[in-house]
Amino acid sequence: MSFEQIKKSLLVSLWFMVLTFPIMVIRVNTIYHTVEWRWHRMFGVGISVFVLSFLWRYLMGRKEAGLKRKDRGEADILSRSQKLLHEPRFTRPAVIMAGAFIIAFPFIFSIYQTNIMITALIYVVTGLGLNIVVGLAGLLDLGYVAFYAVGAYSYALLNYHFGVGFWIALPIGGGIGMLFGILLGFPVLRLRGDYLAIVTLGFGEIIRLVLENWNAFSFGPSGIANIPRPGLFGVDFSLREATIYIYFLMIALALFTVFVVRRLQNSRIGRAWIALREDETACQAMGIDKTKTKLSAFAMGATWAGMAGVVFAAKTTFINPASFTIWESIIILCVVVLGGMGSAIGVIIGALVLILLPEYLRAFSEYRMLLFGAILVIMMVFRPGGVVSEVRQTYQFKGKGD
Amino acid sequence: MGYFLDLFLSGLTRGSIYALIALGYTMVYGIIQLINFAHGEIYMIGAFTALIVAGVLTIYGWNQMAIIFIASIVALLYSMGYGYTIEKIAYKPLRHAPRLSALISAIGMSLFLQNYVLLAQTSDFMLFPSLIPDFKFLTSFSHIARPSEFVIIISTAIVMVLLTFFIKFTKTGKAMRATAQDRQMAMLVGIDVNRVISITFIIGSATAALGGVLIASHIGQINFYMGFIAGIKAFVAAVLGGIGSMPGAVLGSLVLGWTESFFTGYVSSDYEDVFAFIFLVLILIFRPSGILGRSDTQKV
Repeated sequence: MSFEQIKKSLLVSLWFMVLTFPIMVIRVNTIYHTVEWRWHRMFGVGISVFVLSFLWRYLMGRKEAGLKRKDRGEADILSRSQKLLHEPRFTRPAVIMAGAFIIAFPFIFSIYQTNIMITALIYVVTGLGLNIVVGLAGLLDLGYVAFYAVGAYSYALLNYHFGVGFWIALPIGGGIGMLFGILLGFPVLRLRGDYLAIVTLGFGEIIRLVLENWNAFSFGPSGIANIPRPGLFGVDFSLREATIYIYFLMIALALFTVFVVRRLQNSRIGRAWIALREDETACQAMGIDKTKTKLSAFAMGATWAGMAGVVFAAKTTFINPASFTIWESIIILCVVVLGGMGSAIGVIIGALVLILLPEYLRAFSEYRMLLFGAILVIMMVFRPGGVVSEVRQTYQFKGKGD
Repeated sequence: MGYFLDLFLSGLTRGSIYALIALGYTMVYGIIQLINFAHGEIYMIGAFTALIVAGVLTIYGWNQMAIIFIASIVALLYSMGYGYTIEKIAYKPLRHAPRLSALISAIGMSLFLQNYVLLAQTSDFMLFPSLIPDFKFLTSFSHIARPSEFVIIISTAIVMVLLTFFIKFTKTGKAMRATAQDRQMAMLVGIDVNRVISITFIIGSATAALGGVLIASHIGQINFYMGFIAGIKAFVAAVLGGIGSMPGAVLGSLVLGWTESFFTGYVSSDYEDVFAFIFLVLILIFRPSGILGRSDTQKV
């Protein structure tokens, strides 16, 4: 820690103290014409920026060193976290313990905890679905929640009008989600990546606004209540039993999703997605149909969102458009980005951390969205691959070394 | 006819504000090919800063003209500061990263800034003092439009003219155009690209903040969420005009302002925002390069 660095950090923290001064310190009440000066906040900003600037410099230095190592070709192919995941001595007991914990969880903890876990699992499934679109195919979809809403509303409305049960609605919800994915994807997937982000964002808002305003169809902002929980051959469940049932159902759905995603990742279409993400032009030159490949990723992601939406409707038994705002899409995006784009285990960890932590650290719950924003920026700057980055398939030539 | 004229003027006002925001989008996009999602937040921060400064000065009993002047200047300066800092933190380290990363970083920044203002200030709507005075020479037109509408339209026009001169004739403007055309080549001929990018962010932020201050004193209330929808609509306008083109951004904004105004006036106001988005999707499908944009082929 040299004198130069301290001076630089001091300047940075001074700059931030000035920059955040009006918004952090002053608070005017324009009705009663009073001013509140909150000077202590200024010092708080100064001190935390001072500390953070050292951290920033340290992380920047490490990132640059890492890049240099990579240039020289010295970097390991597997990162440390990846090595841990590929070490059978570690993974076997970990999988067994996690499995035992998952099975025992609803019986040890209360309904409340189980419900939180179900919410986290819904994010795991939607995260894995979005991971196909963003992580594998590299298409930034900011309207992902629209498909989730489509799934939830298709179950709620089918049930309301025709009395369709959960198990029939689940594939139908997925199917309708996929249909919407194709409908939206068909015209917009010819566009360049960043336009896609805005169009999907717009689409998400359109779906929400239509649900809010079209009262005759969706019952408007008041939503739909009394959606039945999933049944099992006509067995009557108590509330607790129903919650446990949904919990295991979600676990099964999550495992199924992981299975499908992993199989897809190594299939022809999965490799086409990854190739498309890396270089569109080269990919097309290799004879891959760009639109069809993108469309399949989009439709696949939408299917999972639709199914998760059906489960969501069945879990909460009440839905209204307020559950499907753009922020929901961004939280799911955050899950994918934090966990690691393209890596299934990363997304699971990301969802559990991001959804469970704010639930248990109630004191921080109002800072939740602020932190999500910071996480998106920081992850992109320092670790674009996420906590558990995807392993790239590489082939090493082990020939004679001369 | 009177109703038509009303809608025409309110569309023009709306379009002018979109234009002030869209200019920043289009300039930044032209130079680093990034949709700066946080741009709408700069607009919001500009309005908040003006409100805070004006509020404090009103309590200390300054006179109206001084308050307008100081509040606007401080708001502009602070927005410039925010624009500069955001670029340094969230975009500069990602200059060589894939575009998806920079885009996600921009979304994160937008979310962060919104919640920063929400937590540090309030989530309620705040009453914004009407900063624009009732000019005497405009009262004879008061049957057509409010003075604030005139002020918005006129100041937008002035900013456009100044900006055009700046880009066309100054050395920095030339450097900006060169960087937009080919960053590598610009570096080779000795342009400090990092400086040019910073200046672009600063200018874009200043125009956005001006838009924020003007619209806030026109409508009379602000909250932390105001930048999000306005930002997206300005982006729609920029794309409509052809992203990267400055006259295009202005034209696109005016077209969007008028269509929105007539749509809400003659058809329905429930689906106002839906309409803007559908408009965007249609433009992107049928003419992705916009009205004045060039269609660029991807080179390898």
